[in-house]
Amino acid sequence: MRAAQNAVQPAAASGRTILDSPAIARVIDRIAHEIIERAGDEHLGELTLLGIPTRGGPLASRLAQRIGLFVDRSADPIPVGSVDITLYRDDLRSRGVRPLSPTCIPDGGIEGRHVVLVDDVLYSGRTVRAALDALREVGRPRVVQLAVLVDRGHRELPIRADYVGKNVPTSAREQVRVSLVETDGIDEVVVR
Amino acid sequence: MRRHLLSAADLDLADATLILDTAELIDTALAGREVKKLPTLRGRTVVNLFFEDSTRTRISFELAAKRLSADVINFAAKGSSVSKGESLKDTALTLEAMGADAIVCRHSASGAPHRLAEWVQGSVINAGDGTHEHPTQALLDAYTIRRRLGRLDGVRVAIVGDVLHSRVARSNVVLLDTLGAHVTLVAPPTLLPVGVESWPAEISYDLDAVLPKAEVVMMLRVQQERMNASYFPSVREYSRRYGLDARRMAAMSDEAIVMHPGPMNRGMEIAAEVADSVRSTIVEQVSNGLSVRMAVLYLLLGGASTSEAGVA
Repeated sequence: MRAAQNAVQPAAASGRTILDSPAIARVIDRIAHEIIERAGDEHLGELTLLGIPTRGGPLASRLAQRIGLFVDRSADPIPVGSVDITLYRDDLRSRGVRPLSPTCIPDGGIEGRHVVLVDDVLYSGRTVRAALDALREVGRPRVVQLAVLVDRGHRELPIRADYVGKNVPTSAREQVRVSLVETDGIDEVVVR
Repeated sequence: MRRHLLSAADLDLADATLILDTAELIDTALAGREVKKLPTLRGRTVVNLFFEDSTRTRISFELAAKRLSADVINFAAKGSSVSKGESLKDTALTLEAMGADAIVCRHSASGAPHRLAEWVQGSVINAGDGTHEHPTQALLDAYTIRRRLGRLDGVRVAIVGDVLHSRVARSNVVLLDTLGAHVTLVAPPTLLPVGVESWPAEISYDLDAVLPKAEVVMMLRVQQERMNASYFPSVREYSRRYGLDARRMAAMSDEAIVMHPGPMNRGMEIAAEVADSVRSTIVEQVSNGLSVRMAVLYLLLGGASTSEAGVA
């Protein structure tokens, strides 16, 4: 789902492009506005964005940058971090050892904060469950919300996203490949 | 990674780097947290099988396994059926029948963990065998050097003292060479093992000549409990020629660090003022040992085991 070895290939050759680079930029802007609206003036200062590696990280950074721009917080940037969920997975025994990704909790922690978890694709919901477990050990946020670029359905747990870039009905046999400039050299979402 | 960690020589550059990187990521994941516990190895069982005395290694492995939520069984040869004459093999098979996923083994006989690995299905981790190897100590030493100096490639390391009886020295020479460091062994000729010329390290008998160039000075414990002959005339003479005191420390370069695997003979191979100085990484080595052992346990036990992979 997250793999994108051939991301630089033309999308038409390998599947159906559902979001191209301008569309991804628009989606991020819209989610940024929604986060601002839902947080409201009184809680805007409590926002902390945490990306789930690999591609949640750059998405969280972009969102924070856009939110900072829209509410003019250039002097006081939104805290951004990442939370690796590998050590919290419930399917570690299903295949070989997975490499870890960095966890970086911003200064000030998450205690009492308005945390928005950011990931690229919402699928079974197990990644989000693991992220919630990981967060619980770090502190007690006031609110935890979830923002995803693509919701492809097929949930296996009672989890939903607060902010969705695009709902994409898929069959379980299809793959959703998110590529980002920071990790793959190109912005696009392809279903194949 | 292989299924076992028996020798530092089993690790190539990619494996060793993966372990050090994983230790670092675990460190950052746990940094600043009140609850330093991860659910990763829930339901796995780790047996500490110690036929020889140990404080830090056993506790370090126990804590590492517990932080990853594995169940830990501590087995000390004293007070067990070993004192009734049970063999290593029978002991191992008993532990295996009880469902041990990993056996952390320390034994006074060189090669014991290698034999153990032939008999059991789970992973075997060598926690020190005789005068042979102690791979997790070498890994934590490499991790400590990398954290302090920021690199390992090209670092000049002096390993000083009782090389003959030291499994720490043997593992360190092999691993540091794999990681690109330059090792010089400094010891009296009587405390160098036969065949040391073939090790990937330089040999020197003169500590004062080596010190100014070294970026890392690793002092070894003089293992008197393994000495059945006189290897040097007196403690005082050993200490004068090969001990690290404040005067010698002053000859080291400014950034150079002092390491010791512990337990120390203060006043013999290392002076108290050196052991407690800012250059000393001795306490850091202990906490780094925990991170490195968590990384090793995760990399050996964190995925599908061989039997489970067969089903999948």
